[in-house]
Amino acid sequence: MAEIVLPRPPGAAGPLRLATLLVAPALALAAALLALSLGRYPLPATETLRFLAAAAGLVEMEPERYALLHNLIVEIRLPRVLAAILVGASLSVSGAAYQALFRNPLVSPGLLGVLAGASAGAALGILLGGSWLFVQTAAFLTGLTAVGIGVGIAHLFGGGSLVMLILGGILSGALFMSLLSMVKYVADPYNQLPAIVYWLMGSLGQVNLTDMAWAAIPMSVGIVVLCFMGRALDALSMGDDEARALGVPVKTVRLATIAFATLISALTVSIAGMIGWVGLVVPHIARLLVGPGNARLLPAAAFLGAAFLLFADSLARNVFTTELPIGIVTELIGIPVFLLVLSRVRRGWN
Amino acid sequence: MLSARGIHFGYRGRTVLAGADLALAPGELVCLLGGNGAGKSTLLKIMLGLLTPQKGEVTVGGQPLDAFARREVARRAAYVPQVHAAPFPYTVRQVVTMGRLPARGLFHAPGEGDRTVVERVLDHLGIGHLAERPYTEVSGGERQLALIARALAQEAPLLIMDEPLSGLDYGHQVRLLARLEGLAAEGYGVLMTTHDPDQPLSGCHRVALLKDGRIAGDGRPAEVLTPDAIRLLYGVSVALLRDAGGQAIAFRPTEGKTACSP
Repeated sequence: MAEIVLPRPPGAAGPLRLATLLVAPALALAAALLALSLGRYPLPATETLRFLAAAAGLVEMEPERYALLHNLIVEIRLPRVLAAILVGASLSVSGAAYQALFRNPLVSPGLLGVLAGASAGAALGILLGGSWLFVQTAAFLTGLTAVGIGVGIAHLFGGGSLVMLILGGILSGALFMSLLSMVKYVADPYNQLPAIVYWLMGSLGQVNLTDMAWAAIPMSVGIVVLCFMGRALDALSMGDDEARALGVPVKTVRLATIAFATLISALTVSIAGMIGWVGLVVPHIARLLVGPGNARLLPAAAFLGAAFLLFADSLARNVFTTELPIGIVTELIGIPVFLLVLSRVRRGWN
Repeated sequence: MLSARGIHFGYRGRTVLAGADLALAPGELVCLLGGNGAGKSTLLKIMLGLLTPQKGEVTVGGQPLDAFARREVARRAAYVPQVHAAPFPYTVRQVVTMGRLPARGLFHAPGEGDRTVVERVLDHLGIGHLAERPYTEVSGGERQLALIARALAQEAPLLIMDEPLSGLDYGHQVRLLARLEGLAAEGYGVLMTTHDPDQPLSGCHRVALLKDGRIAGDGRPAEVLTPDAIRLLYGVSVALLRDAGGQAIAFRPTEGKTACSP
């Protein structure tokens, strides 16, 4: 991933700026093609493209070959690729929005407790022996609950100020982390505990087209809504009073951003478990690419997040004969990438 | 015309303002003086509608301020905060372009007209060459100019500035004050708070003194800014220095050292 860390020359304008805007979508497309082609039965990228063209009715393909590739690409790999795109984009766009909202480049989507809550909920679902759908629903609902509790604390005790929001999120996150520990402690150590532990490491291996069908709509809506918040978030990141003096309805923007970021982050945990570092690292890479203005940064972060997770998932599936949990892969790549961008990122800090 | 009348305000039982009156008209440069914690910033925020007074009323053009949507207020009065650091390295141009938010709304990309306005105010304040520099990397004086440019980009006739001169070196202070006089001469109404009683002696059209939550004096600097007024505001004895023509130029403390009158 290091090759995309292009320092943006100050004053880049015209064709160069246009080119930097296209880098993120192009990377996402390339990563999707790679992910559709790689696997136990690897295909040349040209063959994947030929299948896609045939599916679109542009070229002819022999029926047996088409059926085989359809099974491989559409039935087996596509759900996973869609999941990687949506989960990566959701985590990255939420992370970028939170960094602007909380005026802190080190914030990640889990700040208000959504990831801790969803993890505790999923663990509880596994403990209660529910179906996969039950576990997903439990994860989603407790994720929302955790943020609800954090925001509630902020409004009850501090009038919803930024500092109280962070404190409320920390408290709520700690509460759900201890609930998670309790669930792990009482879980059956031979079946349930390993299931919980693996689930917390994150995996895209469990997704199917049905899951993705119900999750894709709210996630896409959430990603698009957050992308439209860019200009309001620019002003908000300068300070509450300044944003209000510029005509921005601060409380509405803040609550809407938290609501949509929470919705899509909780869904990522439902689909794929805990996947760390994406929401922290990808916004920084995107900032190097298109600059700090959120109107461009948020869409760029969404595309880059999709590319990053597709890339990480391709590694997770293909490096060893058994699949690695993707949460481990994102951490292992995320940390060096973060160190790599750190020297540039620090320029903006004070 | 922006006008605050009988403003009362307190934070958690501590009274800050107790019946303050202040007005700002286009074309005048008004300095608001007061000690630390006197409530200068609070009064500015109330006049911008950022805080709601517990008693009293703010009107703009004769209409109550709270009858306007935030965007409408932003097109009548612009806020220039104390110079600060931004968490992200937005370019100066990006910061100034934020001033176009009230005109075009949150969900519209800046158009050709917005870009023209931004270019014009950047040139007007002489910071066009900084447009692509990160706001976080230019000097304090340049940041203050960028924030003023953002306020000008709002195209509001009134500018409310919270200590625009503090934190700037002497040269920047002198130049910025001259710039603010220029803006007032162009027809902008400028209200600024300051800590230095010498500044309004030369530059401001009007001085208002905030003491114990009320306006203790409001008028031409020569009438309002007297050694007695300074003792009332800050609790120190001063002498007023005048030039050969009798024009007041500066205050000099007379406490703690041998009084030496000019």
